[in-house]
Amino acid sequence: MFKYLPHTHEDIAAMLKTIGVDDIDALFGDVPKSLRHKDIKIPDSLSEIEMHQHFAALSKMNTPLIPFMGAGAYDHYTPSVIRHLIERQEFLTAYTPYQPEISQGTLQYIFEFQSMITQLTGMDVSNASMYDGATATGEAMFMACALSRKETIFISATVNPNIVNVVKTYADYKGITVVMIDEADGQTSLASLEAQLAHTSTAGLIVQTPNVYGIIEDLTGFKEMLEAHKALMIINQDPSTLAHLKTPRAWGADIAVGDCQTLGVPLSFGGPYIGYMATLTKYMRKMPGRICGVTQDTDGKRAFVLTLQAREQHIRRDKANSNICSNQSLLALFVTIYMSIMGKKGVYEVQQRSYDNAHYMYERLLAMPAFSEYASQPFFKEFTLRTTLDVAAMNQALQAAGFLGPLPFSKFDQAKHDLVTFALTEKRTKQEIDTVLDIIQEVA
Amino acid sequence: MYYDTLIFDLSTEGRKGYTLPKAEIKRYDLPEEKYLRSDCPGLPEVSELEVVRHYTNVSFKNFGIEKGFYPLGSCTMKYNPKINQDMANLPAFTSLHPYQPLDTVQGALKVYHDTQTWLSEISGLDTFTLNPYAGAHGELIGLMIIKAYHRDRGDLNRTKIIVPDSAHGTNPASATVAGLESVEVKSNPDGTVNLEDLKKVLGADIAGIMLTNPNTVGIFEKDILEIARLVHEAGGLLYYDGANLNPLLGVARPGDMGFDIMHINLHKTFSTPHGGGGPGSGPVGVTKTLKKYLPKPVVEKQGDRYVIIDEPDTTLGQISHFYGNMGVVLKAYTYILSMGREHLPEIAKYSTLNANYIKESLKDVYHLPIEGICKHEFVFDGLKDKSTGVTTLDVAKRLLDFDVHPPTIFFPLVYKQTIMIEPPETESKQTIDHFITVMRQVAEEAIKDPDKVKGAPYNTVVKRLDEALAARKPIVKYKDLEPS
Amino acid sequence: MNIPKDLYYTETHEWVRIEDGFAYIGITDYAQDSLGEIVFIELPEENDQVTQFSEFAAIESVKAASDLNAPLSGVVVTVNEELEDNPELLNEDPYENWIIKIEIEDKLELNKLLNAEEYAEVCE
Repeated sequence: MFKYLPHTHEDIAAMLKTIGVDDIDALFGDVPKSLRHKDIKIPDSLSEIEMHQHFAALSKMNTPLIPFMGAGAYDHYTPSVIRHLIERQEFLTAYTPYQPEISQGTLQYIFEFQSMITQLTGMDVSNASMYDGATATGEAMFMACALSRKETIFISATVNPNIVNVVKTYADYKGITVVMIDEADGQTSLASLEAQLAHTSTAGLIVQTPNVYGIIEDLTGFKEMLEAHKALMIINQDPSTLAHLKTPRAWGADIAVGDCQTLGVPLSFGGPYIGYMATLTKYMRKMPGRICGVTQDTDGKRAFVLTLQAREQHIRRDKANSNICSNQSLLALFVTIYMSIMGKKGVYEVQQRSYDNAHYMYERLLAMPAFSEYASQPFFKEFTLRTTLDVAAMNQALQAAGFLGPLPFSKFDQAKHDLVTFALTEKRTKQEIDTVLDIIQEVA
Repeated sequence: MYYDTLIFDLSTEGRKGYTLPKAEIKRYDLPEEKYLRSDCPGLPEVSELEVVRHYTNVSFKNFGIEKGFYPLGSCTMKYNPKINQDMANLPAFTSLHPYQPLDTVQGALKVYHDTQTWLSEISGLDTFTLNPYAGAHGELIGLMIIKAYHRDRGDLNRTKIIVPDSAHGTNPASATVAGLESVEVKSNPDGTVNLEDLKKVLGADIAGIMLTNPNTVGIFEKDILEIARLVHEAGGLLYYDGANLNPLLGVARPGDMGFDIMHINLHKTFSTPHGGGGPGSGPVGVTKTLKKYLPKPVVEKQGDRYVIIDEPDTTLGQISHFYGNMGVVLKAYTYILSMGREHLPEIAKYSTLNANYIKESLKDVYHLPIEGICKHEFVFDGLKDKSTGVTTLDVAKRLLDFDVHPPTIFFPLVYKQTIMIEPPETESKQTIDHFITVMRQVAEEAIKDPDKVKGAPYNTVVKRLDEALAARKPIVKYKDLEPS
Repeated sequence: MNIPKDLYYTETHEWVRIEDGFAYIGITDYAQDSLGEIVFIELPEENDQVTQFSEFAAIESVKAASDLNAPLSGVVVTVNEELEDNPELLNEDPYENWIIKIEIEDKLELNKLLNAEEYAEVCE
């Protein structure tokens, strides 16, 4: 007997009698004897008290640091209500809403999520979520290739290398060629794009804004150039910046993707986060993932339902453009509640604070002789500087004081070992920033 | 009263649901206009209580495992223990940045590494990666590994992957995304792989085969060793779809059967919640030979220290931004430790007992196409009495009126009226008996009052939906709704 | 199942009617019945070349998706655009609502198609 296994001896005996076998072992008579493997060598069962003790010990092996680094994971505040609401069993323990009559809750929040993503991005239609921003970008590449029937994709050198790596892996196995577009002064080079377009037919271009350096890309002229070559424009954009910044739609994007981690999702050592994807109405039927739409029940009452399912793997099987099934649904609820709590003003205010903090720190750092500009471009809450400092020593000093220092860019590119990338959010106090500045000053 | 309000309907200008500290730093100028949006995104403006009440009311329109029985075939809807949630929510884990120095994340890496090790022990495969985000993602990575393996050997002609006709739709879809062509093999009448048919397709162009065992109709592939021998002899690899791992825990291991690669759905077998469609987690395990292809980054133990290795150049590449869904891994880790060596091996016994008990208790009124012992799940091909015109869809919808989540319907595609029932080990005999009673009652109604069943459900917040309307004229965001 | 006598058929459930030297192409009653409620059709464009037994359009219902194959080769003269907004017309009357009208390239291709009797056997 165990707390998750309710059968008593009497239950088992009665059930076996109905089945007409003598013991449970008889139910496994079809498993070849040579395969039988009863003992699983894992630790003994822990009671709840022991589990708490065990995790107390594990927790001590972790030292959360106050992050001054982003690089794809940002330390924004999570309002308390979110955890309480998403852990309601009705949301947490439900399956995918394939039975719409008893899944209107899930379907409604997906509809609200889609509505908010389209509001932020300016696009016509959003799906119900993707795994993360990197895989969403890979899926956008598949979609662009399916739409254009071409097998080459361009990706800017200013896209976060983790995203580039995922796109390259996805492309490699599907037989898609990836062409890198150079950077110029920290942003995607229009000249490089023009040169590539002149001799390579591409399904589209993937750019990221703000990019890996934190720089807000100036995409003026990109759409026109791509359109002239019948290439699609895919923009990967941090959605939290979209209360301020020009939307993917306004830049001319055909597909917008990104990671919604910046909408209050805890760092959680890299996941779960949540990717988004949005596109134009004319491309809707080639978009991967689940989409929730509106319909009526037999009484004419408004209701929600998964729609355009003929795109998906369970119907189209080997002809589907994507294999995605489970996505990050509960996280879609998470960010929907985040955007409801923060609202129109809050999302703006939080990002303005992040922007202000980042610019304050940038000013102070540039005042130190050890730091200089990497590129003269506007940035949002993340910025990259050139430094003469021993980056490892600086970060060690910061760690000793409880801070996670900036990203040593060498993690992405050895040739750029003298670059560091800082990220600041609304959670960083002036005191924390000043302390970090003091420590860096001392190291210098 | 039906709650039909959307969060946007509650919005009132000027209201807010958040607080922020007083600003200590001055406001900096924004970049020039060409970088900025000209309008304001239409997000709602609501107070905290309005948000809480709204989503509480929205939640009431859902059916979760804690409300009632959820015998959804192929989905393993077992109880999601509360302590899993508590452990996963510990700030010492949720506040870790993925790029923190290794010495500050040893606890997280230990959880990661131990989970990998235990999954190896449970499945009989050598090494696991926890990077894949979901079952389908795991399939894709597994197929990439198969492809990388053949490519490395210079064997470029192996472009086809064998998929049984009863397979999950994700199998052939994953194959396509991995750049492989799927070849279907027919099933025997009992749903097992037809060996003769298999032999016919095996050849120098076959990269491998994707199987689940027990298969999607709940039957153990008793010829699995022979299948493995044939596929290996032909130069192919065997992929195990972990959707049906539950009835093997404590019985047999895919690795011992000859499988080279597999994925596990932590959100099925290891009790992490489905969350209305994710986040899941789809760890992928491989044999020693294939270990080098696992996607980066890789978590390893070196002496007493846990490390993340970013660089192995033999890897198939990177398939996630960081290391997968850590929050989900924590729940599975807690579950494995709760069950422990004593109780984890009992899972197969009770889930299989439950399935056979239901099967035997209902086969006089529902058509059982495959007689004999099943594993953790089985299928009916609709009602026994087909003269009433009551379909599987009608039965499913009628079950909703009794607060029972319907079984999986119309999958696998090998029968016309498939009802696929999976009663997990966490369910008591009382719950199962209640389900049997309700299923019998619906079968009886189908004969006495077929129209009643065809008109179901009656007690749900909405009745049957017009799915065609939604797909013909898609309305997929608030802005496009007609003002009510 | 309605299988008009005067049409030619494919094994993949498309029909073709020859009228005034043009070929009108659609899906059969059997096809619309097995697909269920049709919600979307992706049509070719005028002047597109279609090839016998090759895909020329895609059709979606609530529960299924299917490619349509051309019974004959030729250039598309007219597309029944009404279907774009009202794909359910294919459920209502699959023989009245043709999908494309093409200029016939090679009449001999008709020999490769099924007559009503032969097609009826396919549907069994």
